[in-house]
Amino acid sequence: MMEALNAGLALLLLALAVWTIVARDAFAAVAGFIAYGLLLTLAWVQLSGVDVALTEAAIGGGLTGALLIGAVGRLRDTEATARVERPKALTRALAALVAGAVTVALALCVLTLPDPAPTLAPDVAANIAATGVGNPITAVLLAFRAMDTLLEAIVLVFALIGVWSLAPDRAWGGRPGVRHVADPNGILAYIARVLPPIGIIVGMYIFWAGADHPGGKFQGATILAAMWLLVMMAGLTDAPPISRAWLRIGLVAGPLVFIAIGLAGAVTAGAFLAYPDGYAKPLIIVIELALMPTLALILALLLVGAPQRTIQR
Amino acid sequence: MADFLLAASGFVLLMVAVGLARILRGPGDADRMMAAQLLGTGGIAALLLLGAATGEDAVVDVALTLALLAAFASIAFVKAARTASRDEAATGNEK
Amino acid sequence: MSVALNVLTVVAVVAGAFFFLAGTVGLLRFPDTLTRLHALTKADNLGLGLVVLGLLPHVGSVLAGIKLVAIWLLVLLSGAVASQLIARATRQRDPNA
Repeated sequence: MMEALNAGLALLLLALAVWTIVARDAFAAVAGFIAYGLLLTLAWVQLSGVDVALTEAAIGGGLTGALLIGAVGRLRDTEATARVERPKALTRALAALVAGAVTVALALCVLTLPDPAPTLAPDVAANIAATGVGNPITAVLLAFRAMDTLLEAIVLVFALIGVWSLAPDRAWGGRPGVRHVADPNGILAYIARVLPPIGIIVGMYIFWAGADHPGGKFQGATILAAMWLLVMMAGLTDAPPISRAWLRIGLVAGPLVFIAIGLAGAVTAGAFLAYPDGYAKPLIIVIELALMPTLALILALLLVGAPQRTIQR
Repeated sequence: MADFLLAASGFVLLMVAVGLARILRGPGDADRMMAAQLLGTGGIAALLLLGAATGEDAVVDVALTLALLAAFASIAFVKAARTASRDEAATGNEK
Repeated sequence: MSVALNVLTVVAVVAGAFFFLAGTVGLLRFPDTLTRLHALTKADNLGLGLVVLGLLPHVGSVLAGIKLVAIWLLVLLSGAVASQLIARATRQRDPNA
């Protein structure tokens, strides 16, 4: 029964993926992509990766979909000309060849994996008591491989700066995106008032549950960012100008706290990002609390885009 | 009971697949938006049934997140489509 | 007692699946966007609601039960709003629909 379900799911995913690539209209392809992300969540659950399923639901289903919708909106004008150009037959054959070769290589890698596959899971299970958290994913992300998480947060800040760099010179420091307008008594404004409080509670809950159950700061931050974006889309609030001090402080606060704790660990426990005995869980909580607002800010601002409006002086 | 719930989950997924096939090909943006809507709801139902069948409690959290983010994605979708059609209508009126 | 609960689960889940079927058939067969939207919301409200009802006896804790009902209410809310917005967009584009 389970095999039939998994086979059906895999087939559906493949069909959706193919459809997304061959769809003529970019808008339709984005719809297919959102559907693909939502189905991939199911696939992750079937593979027992519930944390990954949470992240896929949040990022793949919601945020990436909205990002692509924004991109399609900007591309609408040029879509007609883009559709007319088609690469020559030789280019397409070459692309098909390379794609096929990569697929075969990946399939070979997966099929010839040693059984059981090499894994550090027993080591994690043996040492997880020292970290004070119950969820092994959180333990790996914030205790055993905290360095990777720190660097990821910094990479996200760089990504945001990269997006900002697309602003025209005269708009630097101004508000990103366009001012959305919606009827203040309409249904869009209604849901932008009703959903965010619920979303904030759920986001905080998922953040807090990450200690012992699937969840954590990243999924919680995504939900918070989505709620802020919803309020902006309904025109109830405007995107802040990127020159605001609180914005910039909020963006760097998370990584700075993380680095500070790392340096303190170098002094008190012998290595960068080492936690002194017994202090692991409180330090992890402090890092997560500092990183979550930063992540929510970054994710929301990544979606809003580069500054487009000059500051009114 | 677990087998029954698994079968129900598979049935809901099948319904979603059939509905998707029609809607993704459907003429017009509204049909595509309905695809996102259908997939969100069907996916949540299938997820909850799967979670109950395998006894994994954390799946309910995944379904909760999915509900929130699917709502957000649908609304973003509709808003973008409306803005696009309003722009087309505006440029059409100018011609 | 547990036999009665199992019967409730089976009945509710089958009914929910039936509404998903009805919603999908409506989606495929109805002639235009607005009627298809109507069929879609049946799957949303009743299909998911009955499935949630059927799964409530099997949850491990009160919190999980509250979460299940919250999921259904969230889907109801977002489905209603999205349907309104889609319908209005369709009406704007084609006033004769």
